[in-house]
Amino acid sequence: MLSLWLNVLASGILLGLVYGLVALGLTIIFGVMRVVNFAHGEMVVFGVYIGYWAVRLWDVPIIVAAAIAAVVMFIFGYFLETMIVKRFVGRPHHYQFIVFIGLSLLFSGTLLVAFGPDPRPTASQLSFHTVSLGFVTLDLARLQAAATAGLLITLLGVYLKFSSFGRSLRAAADNRLGGLVVGLNIPRIYAVTFGIGAACAGVAGALISPLFDAQPYLAVDFTLLAFVTVIVGGLGSFSGALLGGLMIGVAEAIAALMFAPSMKTALPYALLILVLIFRPRGFFGAKET
Amino acid sequence: MKRWLAGGSVLVVLALVGALASPYLISLLTIVLLFTFLGQSWNLMLGIGGQLSIGHALFVGLGAYSVAVLDVKYGVSPWIGLLLGMVIAGSAGAVLAWLSFRFEVRGIYFALLTIAAAEFARIMFGGWEFVGAMQGLFFPAPTGAIDISMLRGDARFYYFIALALAALGIVGTEMISRSYFGYVWRAMRDDEQAARALGVRAFRHKILVIAISAATAAVGGGILALVQGSIFPDSIMGMGLSVDVLIGPVVGGLGTTFGPLVGSLAAIPLNHLMSALGDNLRIPGLNSIAYGFVLVLVVWFLPDGIWPAIVRLCKAIQMPSRLWLPQPRKAEE
Repeated sequence: MLSLWLNVLASGILLGLVYGLVALGLTIIFGVMRVVNFAHGEMVVFGVYIGYWAVRLWDVPIIVAAAIAAVVMFIFGYFLETMIVKRFVGRPHHYQFIVFIGLSLLFSGTLLVAFGPDPRPTASQLSFHTVSLGFVTLDLARLQAAATAGLLITLLGVYLKFSSFGRSLRAAADNRLGGLVVGLNIPRIYAVTFGIGAACAGVAGALISPLFDAQPYLAVDFTLLAFVTVIVGGLGSFSGALLGGLMIGVAEAIAALMFAPSMKTALPYALLILVLIFRPRGFFGAKET
Repeated sequence: MKRWLAGGSVLVVLALVGALASPYLISLLTIVLLFTFLGQSWNLMLGIGGQLSIGHALFVGLGAYSVAVLDVKYGVSPWIGLLLGMVIAGSAGAVLAWLSFRFEVRGIYFALLTIAAAEFARIMFGGWEFVGAMQGLFFPAPTGAIDISMLRGDARFYYFIALALAALGIVGTEMISRSYFGYVWRAMRDDEQAARALGVRAFRHKILVIAISAATAAVGGGILALVQGSIFPDSIMGMGLSVDVLIGPVVGGLGTTFGPLVGSLAAIPLNHLMSALGDNLRIPGLNSIAYGFVLVLVVWFLPDGIWPAIVRLCKAIQMPSRLWLPQPRKAEE
């Protein structure tokens, strides 16, 4: 019994790291641009499809598929921002909401037209391999996804903390006008930020493609999941996204064990409601100015 | 005066449509009018109360379930169900508002809390056997005979109910926005600190406006359930319904009296048309692409919505148009 719990907990933590990466993309975009990307789930699903096709066509390892997803989704995010999103920065949230609902309909419709509604499993041998650590047994696909996600989160954190771009990004997030005054190229920072956010979502999608079958309808769940994760951790907070991801991953895993499978998905929302009520800014959220 | 004349003539035209139009058109317009009413309820919350809700499906669903459970399980008249739904949804809205504003959850955080509450309720209702779980609840098949006490009738009957409801919503919004509460709420929406300094008990008023909005949404939900003849948690409490509720007012013009009507008239038939097109061409997803595209275009080119654009056009060609109640849009947060 104990080992079952440990196993479930471990797989929750592993998936939680990937959720953290998804949430990180969302939180970076919100933190810098104050834009709520309600099409984030679609970007994750793009990543899942990229993973599926990369493995299917070229039979590459998932890691390589994730790298492809990163590049493709960065470019996608960059151009989406420069073409559409930038016009809605600083507008009231409900306009942004409508725009992103429109975009998410566009994206999921495109996926449906291109690939049809049927789920497509990514055939990866990894899914069937397990590693035993004595007390827990972990499947390799999950482990690899979590390790990659963890590494990426760390790298991105270090990069944003110490690089000059990271500094200007934080400056832009902190004070847009001030950034403009000291000569920051705000439009470019925004575009790159959105690109990074989309890339995070895409990589996470590619990483979980062996675990979740590629399907257009997955997107809504991922969008909501990303929001729950981000709010639990604190909207706009880096470490919050990670912590939120881990909490949601573990909560989901525990719920799957304790309640009916259909109820499992309710737990993250319950968690979110509790967190919002008792810690309105999330665990790491800063006071809104 | 001119305003009421114009409004009255619109009503007469819509009533004539109801008497003459084809069944398909009538059922489509019924949905349009119901979403006009729901849009007004949402509009009350954001346009006047200044609170963004993206989880209005929660209140719609609570109203729908109150009517459906009482009617289907116990044969109780939907009128009582509507009343009960108003009480339940109003309390749910008040509790939600109380919980969040106590700890200063507001703006986008409040909006996300409404989504979370709606999604949580949807999943709970989906697992609750008593209310039919995922299999939903079905009203008895309509016999076609009109029965006001049980709100039972044919499509035309429901059309007139929806028309009455939409008219009530429009007049109600007008009356509220011109009443004492309307002024207080708009003052609070525009500058809460200043309103407080003038002695407005903002906390109470915010709870009140949300409770009223939730209670009216529940009425819309109850009628929607009757019109559809069945309810399922995923469709009546899902994210999609919350989006449908707010598309009307945003596309038509936020904070305006006729915006939700114009927006619903534009968006809902368009959605149906696109769905039909996608089905006809046997390309699943084509309707989402087209609909999504149009949504982006509308917000891009008509950021204030269609109705203010029409009003501007009327003014430009020197037509007297005083239909539009000028209410400055407030940049939320």
